[in-house]
Amino acid sequence: MLDQILLLGSIAVPLAVSLSFFAGWVRDDEWVVKLACLGFGFPCVAGILLFIKFDGTVDGYCFEILYEKMGLQELGITFHLGLNGVSSPLFAMAGIVGLAAGLAAVFSGAKRLKLYLALLCFMQSGLMGLFASVDLFFYYLFHEFALIPTFIMIGLWGGRNRRGIALEITIYLTLGALVSLGGLVALNVMVDAPKFDFPTLSQALSDIALHDSTQAKIFGLLLLGFGILVALFPFHTWAPRGYEAAPTPVSMLHAGVLKKFGLYGLIQIGAPLLPEGALFWSPWLLWLALGNVLFVGMVTIAQGNLKSMVGYGSVMHMGYCFLGIGVCSSLGAGSAVMLMAAHGLSVSLMFLLSASIQRRSGTYEMGQMGGMAGKTPILACFFVAASLATIGLPGFGNFWGEFGVFLSLGEQPSHRIFLGLAALGIILSAVFGLRAVARIFFGPQSEELTAHENKNPIRDLGLTEALPAGLILAALLLLGLWPRGISDRINKEITDRYAKVDHATLSLFLPPCCPVPQGGEESNQTTPLQVSPPVVLEPEER
Amino acid sequence: MILGLELFGMKDSSSGRTGVIAIFFQSVLFVGHLLDYLFWHHSAALNFFSDMISQGLQAEVMRSFFLLSSLLVSIIGHRYLCRKGLKSGEFHHLTMLATAGLMLLCQSNHFLMLFVALETVALCFYTLVAYNRDSAKSLEAGIKYLIFGALSSALLLFGIVLLYGVGANPEAWGASYPGHEFMDPLSFQYLGNLMSENPDNLMLRAGVVLILAGIAFKVGAAPFQIWVPDVYHGSPLPITAFLGVSSKAAGFFVLLNLVNGPFEGMSEFLLPLLGFVATFTIFFGNLAACAQRNVKRMLGLSGVAHAGYLLVAVMASMQFAGDDDRAIWVLFFYLFVYLLASFCVFGVMGLADLPDENEHEFSHYEDLAKKSPWAGFVLVSGIASLAGIPPFAGFIAKLLLISVAYEAKLYLSLTAMVIGVVISIYYYFGWMRAIALPRPASFEDVEDAPDPWAGLSKTGFMKVVLVLLTVASIVLGFWQGPFGDVF
Repeated sequence: MLDQILLLGSIAVPLAVSLSFFAGWVRDDEWVVKLACLGFGFPCVAGILLFIKFDGTVDGYCFEILYEKMGLQELGITFHLGLNGVSSPLFAMAGIVGLAAGLAAVFSGAKRLKLYLALLCFMQSGLMGLFASVDLFFYYLFHEFALIPTFIMIGLWGGRNRRGIALEITIYLTLGALVSLGGLVALNVMVDAPKFDFPTLSQALSDIALHDSTQAKIFGLLLLGFGILVALFPFHTWAPRGYEAAPTPVSMLHAGVLKKFGLYGLIQIGAPLLPEGALFWSPWLLWLALGNVLFVGMVTIAQGNLKSMVGYGSVMHMGYCFLGIGVCSSLGAGSAVMLMAAHGLSVSLMFLLSASIQRRSGTYEMGQMGGMAGKTPILACFFVAASLATIGLPGFGNFWGEFGVFLSLGEQPSHRIFLGLAALGIILSAVFGLRAVARIFFGPQSEELTAHENKNPIRDLGLTEALPAGLILAALLLLGLWPRGISDRINKEITDRYAKVDHATLSLFLPPCCPVPQGGEESNQTTPLQVSPPVVLEPEER
Repeated sequence: MILGLELFGMKDSSSGRTGVIAIFFQSVLFVGHLLDYLFWHHSAALNFFSDMISQGLQAEVMRSFFLLSSLLVSIIGHRYLCRKGLKSGEFHHLTMLATAGLMLLCQSNHFLMLFVALETVALCFYTLVAYNRDSAKSLEAGIKYLIFGALSSALLLFGIVLLYGVGANPEAWGASYPGHEFMDPLSFQYLGNLMSENPDNLMLRAGVVLILAGIAFKVGAAPFQIWVPDVYHGSPLPITAFLGVSSKAAGFFVLLNLVNGPFEGMSEFLLPLLGFVATFTIFFGNLAACAQRNVKRMLGLSGVAHAGYLLVAVMASMQFAGDDDRAIWVLFFYLFVYLLASFCVFGVMGLADLPDENEHEFSHYEDLAKKSPWAGFVLVSGIASLAGIPPFAGFIAKLLLISVAYEAKLYLSLTAMVIGVVISIYYYFGWMRAIALPRPASFEDVEDAPDPWAGLSKTGFMKVVLVLLTVASIVLGFWQGPFGDVF
């Protein structure tokens, strides 16, 4: 019962805090800050507690809550919450990033702080709800709840050209959301299951197999819609511009957490429910994801503005997640989940630190910085750690995710070319990550920075800034040093759900003379191309 | 009893000295009608006046729709008339007369009745559009509406005449229907049977197309939508709302009645035609609305786009004809949501104190949310509901519409609709942006213009009504009530 309260509370508490701000019940500034800390703290604590309590050996969902009466019964929509192996790490990640973003917002000293925190709390409640929903409709609805404050906050507190960018991002994301909604509705109509939630749908789909072309159409819709939302290669242009203009906590929450919506959807619904559709689109997805890695990676190198570099970098690393999904195997999907959790942490850390750097140097232009390491050693340490995590060095969570994705690419001979090209991406991210470190913290101090320093002396990271950054970094390190923490929880869910996908992939890639393995565990043991779940990765550091 | 209510509505008009009486009377009517509807379920279809009028559950729902709409028009109109110093008696008289006509239109079961009711409505609207005689724009709009309206009535009448010609003597036109001597050649039932017997008859087809063209004028569907922006622009604000909501809804109800009643036999022929019209309407409305800076014109054109979405629902109802009237209820739900959202928007627009009320520009709404949070909120929620952004009811309405359209396999229209909705975000969001997001400070335009929102403190009753509408449109986003059980 406590678990259910924690789960529901992680959505309800921030929502209640936000509504009480909107309604104007809280007038005292001190109380605003206290309540906001409660609104961000509760989901974080709940997320971590539930993640620890989550039992990776259980089938399906834990901590379930079901209200039949809410929603449209005739369409099978019910209010149904719960966590499974895929969602529980992401849920915890959302809580941690949310708390860090919330703390950053509380101490940011923004104008009209109450409204700012109210919108951010609203967004946080949507984010927690999105990973906690079992029902597809509420999953979508919570996503919209998190999306709408994004537009408003970019418009109100954004950087330069905020009105234009708020409009652009609204149109792009509405298009993505509508197309993916179309895909979900198509799924609902075609399957005609009694309920519109993940388990019922997968049950129904295993009973009646949809025709291949139907699967391909629905998966195509989902891929296009989610692809726009996650900034898949040709549809990515909104993302870096939006992140550059958005206030830092919004960039953190959007790039770190909200963008995982689409990937989460593809992993939970797309491939396991529509394996043939996923296979049909797999080559497309792989090439486009490669576009993310290579093309966007090169664009990232060219950026002189720190915040837009971080924005482009986050889009680039989405490519690895897409590669993991595009492989259509349990190893790929599991690694993608791992990478999503780690990427959410690392990219929000980068945004947080960029804002700290900007507060000291007065600019985001990396050309106007330099030599800050001597004055701000702690900030430099954090930033170097964050850059290394982004590049994907061992010791941080990103490493295990990217490593797993590369392993899954290596499984099929026909995917090796992607493996080779995607590995180049590591070099690209090393180039831009290390160059940023060098240009900001080392080398001679630029004249602009000196001029700025004369007016505003540069101080090192204080407790209010170190706290959120330390929180995220600790989580990243924990992931990197103890990946089993996640992989054990993901393992069963992904292996079960992807059994069909693995089988379909194998039968596609085996030479025609070989007998097609009949699925299930036995065949896995006899096949030469055995699919190894991510548990087999033993951390080197131990 | 139901007819009695209507007659009351007409009788009342003589006593319309002040708007307050009219508002009071209409709210009594509305509540009375709802009570009547709740306590004595008139689910059984009834026919009156030698089958010229038929009464069923759907018509009942639409009647409450029209009553609610005319009540709100009177409330907005009362404030409008007081401020403009126009006479109020005729205004409320004509509004109620038009509403009575609209109700009759919904119940008509005979082409003659349909035409007479339609003309009653149209005559009232010709006068109402030109009601503000001091304004050249209003008069111009009146003339335009009169000419286009007359043209559409002529088309409609011509179509009816063609049907009559074939119906009265089928053999002469190569059609066959035994036993035609005993039936009224203009009743829906007779023509329905005739058409399902002879779906390929050229003359019948021409009549059907002409009748649909006449209705397309009323709902503002392409290619008969040209009058919409001009007339919306010039009419007095409450009448713009009335045109946009009641007149359009009536058009759709008639269309629904026709394509699922007498024209059912022609479905094969009509579906591609309507599909083309819907797609064209969606694109025209949305693309043209993007270019507008004037709010009334923009609302008119966005109304055209909404007509396109509703046409998709009509097509879905044709696909399901016979076994499932879910699409019809989705359409009704959409109309109710559209009513709530439109009156939120028009109500707040009516509060603005502009020197020329026709010239509502986006720039007049700058920073409204700061100047008056509640008005800003009502307006933004109205626009968001029109745009279909969750958690407002507009989102649920669009979702249901997409879902029925998908089930009816109208993939092309569905695609057009999704693209249209995305385009519509551009202009709706532009307006919301003006209301809620402050413009960066610039030094060039120091404004001397008087603030249109200075008089917002003296709103009283309007505030209550508008907030109620907003609450309703949020609540419907979560709980669809009696509609929810039908889907």
